[in-house]
Amino acid sequence: MRIDTLTDTIGEWLRGTGPESDIVMSSRVRLARNLAQFPFVSRATDQDRAEIERVLRERISGVPVGRGLDYIDVGRLEEVDRRFLVERQLISREHADAQGARGVAIDGAEQVSLMINEEDHLRIQCLHSGLDLRGAWEQIKIVDDQVERVVPYAFHPRWGYLTACPTNVGTGIRVSVMLHLPALVITRQIDKVFRSLHKISLAVRGLYGEGSQAMGDFYQISNQTTLGRTEEELVQQVADVVPVLIDYERRAREFLVRETQQNVHDQVSRAYGILRTAQTITNEETMQLLSRVRMGVLLGLIGDVKIADINSLLMRTQPAHLRKLCGSDGAGADDIERARYLRQHFEGGDASTRAAAN
Amino acid sequence: MKCQQCDNPAVFHITELEAGSVREVHLCEEHARTYLNQAEDEAGESAKAAGKGGALSTPLGVGEIADDLAALDKRCCDMCGITFFEFRNQGRLGCPHDYVQFERELEPLIANIHGATEHTGRRPTRPGVGGEAPGGTDALSAVIGMRRDMREAISREDYEAAKEARDAIRGLEEAWMPGGRGGASSPSTEGQP
Ligand SMILES: [Zn+2]
Ligand SMILES: [Zn+2]
Repeated sequence: MRIDTLTDTIGEWLRGTGPESDIVMSSRVRLARNLAQFPFVSRATDQDRAEIERVLRERISGVPVGRGLDYIDVGRLEEVDRRFLVERQLISREHADAQGARGVAIDGAEQVSLMINEEDHLRIQCLHSGLDLRGAWEQIKIVDDQVERVVPYAFHPRWGYLTACPTNVGTGIRVSVMLHLPALVITRQIDKVFRSLHKISLAVRGLYGEGSQAMGDFYQISNQTTLGRTEEELVQQVADVVPVLIDYERRAREFLVRETQQNVHDQVSRAYGILRTAQTITNEETMQLLSRVRMGVLLGLIGDVKIADINSLLMRTQPAHLRKLCGSDGAGADDIERARYLRQHFEGGDASTRAAAN
Repeated sequence: MKCQQCDNPAVFHITELEAGSVREVHLCEEHARTYLNQAEDEAGESAKAAGKGGALSTPLGVGEIADDLAALDKRCCDMCGITFFEFRNQGRLGCPHDYVQFERELEPLIANIHGATEHTGRRPTRPGVGGEAPGGTDALSAVIGMRRDMREAISREDYEAAKEARDAIRGLEEAWMPGGRGGASSPSTEGQP
């Protein structure tokens, strides 16, 4: 498969539809699995890694997923193509930066990806648009069963599915939702919300930023424990908390419109203005401004922009996407290319913002 | 100069001092890594032996507890050879068998992380595999140790032992993963001089 064929499309999960997609960007389930007959990746020799990659690649190729799986040999990719796959959330940053034989199988809709030789031999992921944890779980369960029929997963009756790190042992499942919470950030309630999530052992981290520093008000909520509860219970644990967070964010948005109408309209309009006129702009600033515009669109303060377009720009203005779209290569020129790309994108639409109150 | 174990060029030239005599080893990168890993394991074994002697010669007390911990840290997996110390340093286990080998040591750690010590989720459904067997897939993980034995046999040019190990690996893999091309690394492609 050629990476370049992906630049023309965006992943199914970014299309901006699905339940509660004004706040829930995507729903993700991933499973960590290992072959019983090999050392874990960090202790595998180069030869072991090559064997693991070969066995999994061959056996997975016969697994029926959607319209079929395409295989990408990540070990042979250029750095920019590896970053590109990370930005699309098809592989992890760790997988991109790792050494040795490794690859990823992706279905045409970019909903299912199977990473070979990440921290574990196999990491299966299902990514759905909007709030659809149940759908992602039902889909990954089928893929997992099909792979299990052709390879012996390392399994222990007491410990469950065996993983390289004990933090994943048991179900090997990580259930997460990516949320857009700009109003909770603006009204300074976000820390309070996160403290209460930690108390019920859910993890929170920023989407594109390092550690917990979120960029563009996007946050990922996920389960922290994987042992002692069933997969359904762990899916439900995350699913239960999402409506509460959605409700908080909606109320914060209503508060902003009601109490600070002028202020929030000004912020949103300025953000939109900068995106349409800037001559040079960093990735961080772009994310932050797109986040504000996204909220503005949802609040009816900006009329001529589609949510799907904003979602697409959030991905396409990141460094590797930009380089592949514009053919640029220098770090300094990136910010200029990004500004040009944004200006071009917004040029077509009517530049006026609609004042909700006027 | 060619690698002593394959046809690749030798890039590592190791001088071994053994009982007064000097021996030179010429290896490609891959075989040098295997060779040096073995040497490291042997060093671990002798350090372990030294630690035991030390414990006997010191009076009971704090020193003994430290030595117990040191002995625990040096215990290694029969299959992949990782020590508990290495695991604690890296935070990553070496192979699936570690969950059996270090079960007692891992239990408090896992209880601390998950608040539980029993898997209650899905189980493998393949007939005759995993699920009901008391050791799960641990019998298959023996292949990891056999593969190490095979590589060691190759490096000391004991091709008879290497062939036996290879056949045992193939037998186990075929039993657990029918359909051939299982994943046994064949000594014939790896190490004939
Ligand atoms: Zn060699
Ligand atoms: Zn081991």
